[in-house]
Amino acid sequence: MYALDLVNVKKSFTLHLQGGLHLPVVAGVNFAVQPGTCVALTGPSGCGKSSILKMIFGSYRCDGGHILVRDSDHIVDIATASPRTVLMMRQRAMSYVSQFLLAVPRVATIDVVAETLRRAAPDEARTRAADLLRRLNIPERLMAVPPATFSGGEQQRVNIARGFLPNCPVLLLDEPTASLDSENRAVVIDLIAGKKRGGVAVVAIIHDKQVRDAVADQIVDVASFAAA
Amino acid sequence: MIDAEDHALLQARVLTKWYGLQIGCRDISFELYPGEVMAVVGESGSGKTTLLQLLSGQLAPSAGHVFYRMRDGVMRDLASLGEAERRFLFRTDWGYVHQEPALGLRMAVSGGANVGERLMAVGWRHYGRIRGAAKDWFDRVEIAYDRIDDVPTTYSGGMRQRLQIARNLVTNPRLVFMDEPTGGLDVSVQARLLDLIRRLVGELRLAAIIVTHDLAVARLLSQRIIVMKDGAAIESGLTDQVLDDPREPYTQLLVSSILPA
Repeated sequence: MYALDLVNVKKSFTLHLQGGLHLPVVAGVNFAVQPGTCVALTGPSGCGKSSILKMIFGSYRCDGGHILVRDSDHIVDIATASPRTVLMMRQRAMSYVSQFLLAVPRVATIDVVAETLRRAAPDEARTRAADLLRRLNIPERLMAVPPATFSGGEQQRVNIARGFLPNCPVLLLDEPTASLDSENRAVVIDLIAGKKRGGVAVVAIIHDKQVRDAVADQIVDVASFAAA
Repeated sequence: MIDAEDHALLQARVLTKWYGLQIGCRDISFELYPGEVMAVVGESGSGKTTLLQLLSGQLAPSAGHVFYRMRDGVMRDLASLGEAERRFLFRTDWGYVHQEPALGLRMAVSGGANVGERLMAVGWRHYGRIRGAAKDWFDRVEIAYDRIDDVPTTYSGGMRQRLQIARNLVTNPRLVFMDEPTGGLDVSVQARLLDLIRRLVGELRLAAIIVTHDLAVARLLSQRIIVMKDGAAIESGLTDQVLDDPREPYTQLLVSSILPA
């Protein structure tokens, strides 16, 4: 029983400012992810790996096919779901670690992370956020500061904490270890392994071969979905 | 926070407004749910403010309807409401934050009275309690309590805007309309205000419709977005989807016109 199933997914862009230039990205994307496993998307830059993750999360539109996400007892097709349904799925079924952190200028790091636990009491959410940030080696004194001024690696770890704190059955990771040192890479490998043990289905873009080998159960070569 | 059990709070159905032969906005339809923030973006003259005025019952549509779920749970056409019901919406159930705070405040009475007045309009009489509520709201919008007896003409632009927000939210509205709430403010003041709006909307689980020409504001505050051009909604959907994967030529132009900081 899959947690996530992509059926014949298709994506292209039409750039109207470039005279209507049509850019096919991927077509015929087919793969499924079982609970407790990790699928790694591979392929050269620009082949559509991030586009696939963004379509699953609903931040890119899907031009064809189905993106089926299981939400306890029913299945939602993100490709055709209403905005409201996608928002609900993001609250309880999918979390996403993007490459870049988007945060409100004045919000403290601990709250940036804690706010992802919408159903928890504020104190409990902050305690759990602090635990996870500590595990990711974010020093206590930085937790009260907004993350805007952090280094690239620190921001990425805040982003990881945001994605990993809520316990969603589907976890999408876009280059989670790209700007991390080896110590923090090992922490992220551990965290991903923990999610898998908890039955989470993970889809990840990971360039670092060592990390990929450590977490991936299945490799999907996105170049094989190149659109004609 | 989106809850599947919720019913739509506001519904626009093929709303159209003509000013003589000039189109104000046309064929706008959408539903807004409790806790949702929707941004309306587009250039000046695209019909954003006309739409906001139609939705808030300040303008009568040439065609189409606005339905609102009253506190008894019944969906009512704004056009069918009696004067008392309309007053109730304006005084209690809705907020309207103007770009220019002077339009939404009474500049000749104190800051505290500006907040207290909305409570008195809904029947509060006990001075101490009104004062207490005003003080609480001064805290929440981060205005120093010792300014409570000063008139807003002595406030800075950012303080006036925060006072306007306090005045609007003190009656626990369910829906707030905001017309360029951060327009005309310094960037640092804007950031503080955005953070404040975002926090209050989340805490109070408000529904809000925010007109802005600033896509960064839309991205930070809203989950859904409508892009307007020449009075029509040319593209709508999830905010991140429309801004990251714009489909219409005009939306692509808007998104590509942002200067990176």
